[in-house]
Amino acid sequence: MPLHAYLVLAALVFVIGLFGVLTRRNAVGILLGIELMLNAVNINLVAFSRFRADLAGLIFTLFTIAITVAEVAVGLAIVIVIFRVRRTIEADHLDLLRG
Amino acid sequence: MRIGSPELALLVLALPFASFLAIGLIRPLRRRGRPAAAVSILAMAGAFLTAGAMSWQGIPVARGLNPAVLWSWLPADGGPMASVGVWVDGMAMQMCVLVTLVSLLVQVYSWSYLADEPPPSLGRYYAYQSLFAFSMLGLVLSPGFLQMFVFWELVGLCSYLLIGYWYDRPSAAQAAVKAFWITKLGDLGFVAGIVMLWSGTGTFDFWPLFQAAEGGALHVDGLTTIMFLIYLGAVGKSAQFPLHVWLPDAMEGPTPVSALIHAATMVTAGVYMVARAYPLFALVPSVLTLIAWVGAFTALLAATMACVERDIKRVLAYSTVSQLGYMMAANGAGAPEAAFQHLTTHGVFKALLFLGAGIVIHHFHTNDVFRMGGLFGQRPWVGGSFLVATLALAGVIPPGFFSKEAVLAGVLHAHLSVPFLMLLATSFLTAFYMFRVVFLAFFGHAPVHHAHPEPPVAMDAVCRALAVLTLALGLRAAVAGHHVEGPAWLPWISLTWAFAGIALAWATYQAGRLDPARLAAAFAPIDFLARRRYFLDDIYGGTYRLLLLGLSRVVGWVDRYVVDGVLNALSAGALRAGDALRRIQTGQPQDYVYGVALGVLLLLVWAQLG
Repeated sequence: MPLHAYLVLAALVFVIGLFGVLTRRNAVGILLGIELMLNAVNINLVAFSRFRADLAGLIFTLFTIAITVAEVAVGLAIVIVIFRVRRTIEADHLDLLRG
Repeated sequence: MRIGSPELALLVLALPFASFLAIGLIRPLRRRGRPAAAVSILAMAGAFLTAGAMSWQGIPVARGLNPAVLWSWLPADGGPMASVGVWVDGMAMQMCVLVTLVSLLVQVYSWSYLADEPPPSLGRYYAYQSLFAFSMLGLVLSPGFLQMFVFWELVGLCSYLLIGYWYDRPSAAQAAVKAFWITKLGDLGFVAGIVMLWSGTGTFDFWPLFQAAEGGALHVDGLTTIMFLIYLGAVGKSAQFPLHVWLPDAMEGPTPVSALIHAATMVTAGVYMVARAYPLFALVPSVLTLIAWVGAFTALLAATMACVERDIKRVLAYSTVSQLGYMMAANGAGAPEAAFQHLTTHGVFKALLFLGAGIVIHHFHTNDVFRMGGLFGQRPWVGGSFLVATLALAGVIPPGFFSKEAVLAGVLHAHLSVPFLMLLATSFLTAFYMFRVVFLAFFGHAPVHHAHPEPPVAMDAVCRALAVLTLALGLRAAVAGHHVEGPAWLPWISLTWAFAGIALAWATYQAGRLDPARLAAAFAPIDFLARRRYFLDDIYGGTYRLLLLGLSRVVGWVDRYVVDGVLNALSAGALRAGDALRRIQTGQPQDYVYGVALGVLLLLVWAQLG
């Protein structure tokens, strides 16, 4: 399979993730969208690593996965705290910073 | 030529200043009142004795030597910019004696006159008195225009403080401010004049200026303008028309202060300055003529106002304005010695008149001469003293007789016939209004009153001392065979006028042969104008309102609508812009992400196209 097939896949996954982030009203759904976007980036990195015979991209990906896990853990913890305080995780209702 | 010893002159200066510092700085002394008064009187007595000793044993100096002792002041590149020091020639010494004598007597008189004042106020009063004497002495001893100007302003400040001594009375506070500002108007000319003179000649000192002036080596552009501006200072200080309006209002101060201001300090400063700087004025005949005309006109104008005034102190105030007009006319006629002679004699008997008036007011509890009467029978000593001073002021007895003759002769000698006639008419009016006061207050029927306390000893003694002094001065002048240059008919003419004035006052106010109302009707226009003080106060008030308030209104409009308008527009614009921009801050992360995504998209498109 040529490189651009992987890149198209990554772009698709990224856009799906972005769509989720923009349209989901549930905070958990937004987090899922972010995960998809991060993994789209991972696909890009791995694809380039393979086609250019350079291991740096692969190692980067490993780091990214580890950091993503941590980020999800922190993100979900925040969601839980928000739920406890506000009794909702609907993004529409979380507008404390409105001008 | 003899000059005074400069060390003694410095001592004369130092004594009142030390007393001022002591009273001003040592709080318990000032708050107790009486001790402060004692300190001030003792210092003044010391200064008087020193001044007397100084003029007694003058040091002979070769003619043509600088009589001033100078120290440099205001160092600058190429030598000091000005100098300070003392100039103790005959005129300065005589002035020192007069100023210290009158100050001393006034301070002794005040001891009784202000006995009921609260002690802290009394301390304040004597601090001002000491500063006043110091300032005037510094003025008369000044060897240059700059030092003279500094003391000139100090004198103005002290008179402001003393006129406004009862500062909780609105009229006194107003009179003080009026005196201050009106004299400041003249002082503006003075300071501009001396600075212009300095820029033309490079010096403030009298000696080099006089040397150059007498040698014909003084070449300054616009000297006429300069001397006119310097003369303006004297116009304000010596209450010449049209800046004389502050002096009658200055009566709001305590009576001894009036005596001090009118006799020895403050108003004499202008006459003294013109007499002192006469070698410079002599170079500009046009200014001299103006001085003579303004002086004579002031004398006549003030005399008419004195004729209709009911307040005894105001009559005396207008008579001072009138006599200052005499002195200035003599200055302008080229007879500064006559002006100075009249200044010193007038200082003595005017102090006596004011201090006597203080006793009169104390006796009748009113200033209105029409509510007084018969004081001569009850207080012959007071009446006698007042009469001596009145006769001297009217020019009937020496020393007033000689000094007034000298002034008239000087004016006649300068061929100023119209000012001469004005002054002659003034001498008639002077005799009339002074004897009007004498007949009304000292003769006639005593108003029904409760028992009057004896005047305090100090006040009485001061008046007697001044009366004796006036007579002694007159005797000395008569014995010395005082010779007045002038035509032989002059004394007879002026005496006739004076006696005519006395006779008119006698017929009107004593014998009842003439009805004052009919007399007023005969001179209706002058009477009308004089009662309203020639509308000068109204003109000043109107000008003030028109100019100052009009300008304030314009400035207020600009401030309200232009300055504030710009600021308000700016702040309103900022508020409105903020209001519009805050709407894009929804607080919802997803909207921000939209923004980011859109921005990235735009960047991509831009990158592709670029």
